[in-house]
Amino acid sequence: MHEGLDQWGFVIAAYALGIAGTLLLTGWSWISMRRAERRRDEVKRR
Amino acid sequence: MHGFANPRRFLSLASWLTPALLVSGLVLTAGALAWGLLAVPPDRLMGETVRILFIHVPSAWLGMGGWTAIAVSSIAFLVWKHPLAATAARAAAVPGMAFTAICLLTGSIWGRPAWGTWWVWDGRLTSMLVLLFLYAGYVALAQAVERDGGSPRIPAIFGLVGAVNIPIINRSVVWWNSLHQPPSITIGKSAIDPEFLIPLLVAVLGFSLLFGGVVLARMRALIAEMQHEARLRRKAWEAIDA
Repeated sequence: MHEGLDQWGFVIAAYALGIAGTLLLTGWSWISMRRAERRRDEVKRR
Repeated sequence: MHGFANPRRFLSLASWLTPALLVSGLVLTAGALAWGLLAVPPDRLMGETVRILFIHVPSAWLGMGGWTAIAVSSIAFLVWKHPLAATAARAAAVPGMAFTAICLLTGSIWGRPAWGTWWVWDGRLTSMLVLLFLYAGYVALAQAVERDGGSPRIPAIFGLVGAVNIPIINRSVVWWNSLHQPPSITIGKSAIDPEFLIPLLVAVLGFSLLFGGVVLARMRALIAEMQHEARLRRKAWEAIDA
């Protein structure tokens, strides 16, 4: 372990990246699913 | 198993399973990450940076698991010709690519304080980077096949061929000298102290449930897009006939 480096800075950067990536992926997949299903149902109703 | 290849049966199952997996995955993941960040003690050698384990290991597991899902679905598509299997393979690609990228980035962040470098071209890191490129190639190929009306067997074969990289990633730290540590968890054995192992297993479970929910949501989106296209085409034909 290299002394003198702020270890918490690395931990927080890794957590921020991992959490933001996971939330973006989850939100995008949910929103694109709802949008695709809404478009399909609109054509069905027409 | 074949019964679930029926899209109607799949959609009725996925309608409740998607939110169930996403919510349980988010709750477990949040709990495991809070546990890893706040309650786990610093490691004797790695200090506070050991906490990166709880994000890095599940994302590595899902990066490799995503391609394994692509390979298994590709076999099911090539053997039984189930269109749902091709959809499952396509649905696993983007989440698998995202977790591979998270694994590489968090590994690089961890490498700087642990090894003194952000990156080394050793077997483990390089084979994981190859996996990221394979995912990008698969996503581009599947999109091109859908857009230009090519055979869905092409991405399925690519998915199978790319699976060669999975055992290479797994064995890379045994076959070649590496800064990366050798496997800490093998079948029935673990070199990790239970204080780290238990929250790690909870994190792996939480991220896996989340991954399952995301794949189901992607499958539902792809199926809805196909149904939308088919309905538009049917309506166009009806208008022409009239």
